Amino acid sequence: MRVLVQAAPFDFGAEAQAFADGAAGAGAIVTFTGLVRDLSGALTAMEIEHYPGMTERAIAAIAEEARQRWHLIDALAIHRHGRLRPAEPIMMVATAAVHRAEAFAAAEFLMDYLKSRAPFWKKEVTAQGADWVAARDADEAALGRW
Amino acid sequence: MIDLLYFAWVRERIGLPRERVETGAATVAELVEELRAREERYALAFADLSSLRVALDQELAEFDAPLAGVREVAFFPPMTGG
Repeated sequence: MRVLVQAAPFDFGAEAQAFADGAAGAGAIVTFTGLVRDLSGALTAMEIEHYPGMTERAIAAIAEEARQRWHLIDALAIHRHGRLRPAEPIMMVATAAVHRAEAFAAAEFLMDYLKSRAPFWKKEVTAQGADWVAARDADEAALGRW
Repeated sequence: MIDLLYFAWVRERIGLPRERVETGAATVAELVEELRAREERYALAFADLSSLRVALDQELAEFDAPLAGVREVAFFPPMTGG
């Protein structure tokens, strides 16, 4: 399992390939990449703050739970912090399992938990100012299905 | 002595990212009461506990959790990663 919390950009194609190359015995690789959304068309940047130390611990715990529950061969989580531009990749997860059902379920579980249990906070910056993104009830409710 | 860490708008309202305080509080809730009484900016940051989360030594906790043996308390809004 690999957990990376970094300011630097990442190449999700290269990361996916490297992950697949290292997942001996896998019959299914699922990857998800999240990009900076700009629904209003006015976003100049997304600033992501995190809690160094707790972030890595929280993600590692989430990934370890996913590995055990779905018998994953491997899992990868990358999450950026700092100032990002619209359409830049923020984060990715990858899961490797023998069959696709486990790989898909584990990837969704990782995403749901990363959103609400890993200590990151997003701030949207526009020409008018900056606002912290509010947590959505739906994101908290999504944890209930696991 | 205990380290207090603040993130996102909690950090902005209080005006600093971390500080070290001496406290006799037995629980997180008692610590919050002490902080609220200090200055207006703390009272504002801790006005609504339902919009806050707390971590003790980097693990999420409840506001009624005991502080005995805890070295680091972090206050922050609900997380918005992903």
